[in-house]
Amino acid sequence: MSDLRDLYQEVILDHHKKPRNFHKLEGANHRAEGFNPLCGDKISLFLKIENGVVSDVGFVGSGCAISTASASMMTESLKGKTEAQVTALFDRFHNLVTGKTPSDADPAGLGKLAVFAGVRNYPMRVKCATLCWHTLRAALEDRSETVATE
Amino acid sequence: MGLGNFLIRNPQSAIRNSLGGLIMSSSNATLQGTNSVRAPFDVERVRRDFPILAQKVHGKPLVYLDNAATTQKPSAVLDALMRFYMTDCSNIHRGVHLLSERATLAYEQAREKVQRFINAKSTGEIIFVRGATEGINLVAQSYGRSHVGAGDEVIISAMEHHSNIVPWQMLCEEKGATLRVIPINQSGALIFDGFEQLIGPRTRIIALTHVSNALGTVNPVERVVELAHRRNIPVLLDGAQAIQHLPVDVRKLGCDFYVFSGHKIYGPTGVGILYGKEKILDSMPPYQGGGDMISSVTFEKTIYNKLPYKFEAGTSNIAGGIGLGAALDYVSSIGIERIAAYEHELLAYATAAIERLPGVRVIGTAPDKASVLSFTIEGIHPHDIGTILDKEGVAIRTGHHCAQPVMDFFNVPATARASLAFYNTSAEIDVLIAGIRKVMEVFS
Repeated sequence: MSDLRDLYQEVILDHHKKPRNFHKLEGANHRAEGFNPLCGDKISLFLKIENGVVSDVGFVGSGCAISTASASMMTESLKGKTEAQVTALFDRFHNLVTGKTPSDADPAGLGKLAVFAGVRNYPMRVKCATLCWHTLRAALEDRSETVATE
Repeated sequence: MGLGNFLIRNPQSAIRNSLGGLIMSSSNATLQGTNSVRAPFDVERVRRDFPILAQKVHGKPLVYLDNAATTQKPSAVLDALMRFYMTDCSNIHRGVHLLSERATLAYEQAREKVQRFINAKSTGEIIFVRGATEGINLVAQSYGRSHVGAGDEVIISAMEHHSNIVPWQMLCEEKGATLRVIPINQSGALIFDGFEQLIGPRTRIIALTHVSNALGTVNPVERVVELAHRRNIPVLLDGAQAIQHLPVDVRKLGCDFYVFSGHKIYGPTGVGILYGKEKILDSMPPYQGGGDMISSVTFEKTIYNKLPYKFEAGTSNIAGGIGLGAALDYVSSIGIERIAAYEHELLAYATAAIERLPGVRVIGTAPDKASVLSFTIEGIHPHDIGTILDKEGVAIRTGHHCAQPVMDFFNVPATARASLAFYNTSAEIDVLIAGIRKVMEVFS
């Protein structure tokens, strides 16, 4: 039986309680909205990209611990990355939480984001962890319709 | 005997008081005092009738508190399904062979059981549908499209399930009619004055839930029907959350339509009932065309079948209908009044226990409630509550419960909802409460 602590790790609970970059972003040049109708999670994501590099990022919204922490930690991991690096990170994160990559090895430089490996044992919660990432992709592609996980 | 077990397992004085209350009220003549009502409610015996309950999930005994989503099935229902497929499986109504005869007889007997269960006047008033949702869609599409026109109004309430909102919205959009909504108050009860003000000369139909799935509120449906009928407005009642918790007598209620789903009253999924007054059903055009709903077909003209078959195009969920009949027999063998009394005490016990927890807000505190306990915990999202409780073996539902306008009204994105059935025990409520404490611990 997978322990609850695999899912609700201290770092996740910490980001849930004190989400980082939790604000609207003045001067953002990309933004997108995400919505998970299953649990009512909502996120607005703001990106500032200069010369192809993420220079700043912010988000607002409401959601469960997994979705809030995932968004918070995602924003921390984006700054200074190129769009291509961000896209690659999306794929690696997605593979991690859907169980396509092994959880023990550090999955190709996910760094702190590897704490979300526990999500794979909770199929109903995968969408909570990936909502912000899907919203990120929409923001990069400047899609205006709200991203829904269902 | 079962009562004794119950007390030993649950030494809290609150239980003794609550069950004492049950015994006293059960012997009260006003509770349609039959012998079965007076007998103590043996929950352990009831539980043995539901094989699914005796299992462990995540290594813990299953505590199934998601009964408003669907209820579990007693062996009597499972046996009826098995018997049909093992011995009687055949298509109904047109076969001359023995299996078809037996299948037809069993299916039509199930219809009679439904008729008796809700005290309808005739079996012609009992239409088999897929579920409450299809029943509402049938009325909106058949009665609605032929009676609602541009500028007309349809009234629903602010506590409806999406299935009693969207079909009417679709109708109003098509016809240029207006959807009007009876307001609710902070306890989640209907504001009756608001309802009276909404009724106007253009009101064509009122569609209201009998019991709210998200809040548990029991609506004063008899008063609503009386008021509507004074102005000759028909009323549809959505009984999806009522039929399994309250005695339903459609003639006493006086409603024109009543819908419910089989799977919420311990029957199979994919079968439900639309009750309609014969006179209205007779005047309505068919909902779907096909086999079984006709008397004769030529390329020039089709003559529709009589009630109830006019509304049952195509091969029905035969096994499902028979299973529903078995479920109603089972419920009747225990007695819906006894079930209601037991569940009422259990809900009171659960509500009192959960209200003692810090940071918990109960959503839906109307004086008259059935079975549903919706709540939020400060700072903790319902989805996280659901996942942690699941690990404790406790199955609840989290989300908007297909009632997003209710969530908006209470300004919450979602709630956690425990919903009770008569096979739940106060010991299970204690497991729920301990589980919620664990949730708080994880997030402390």
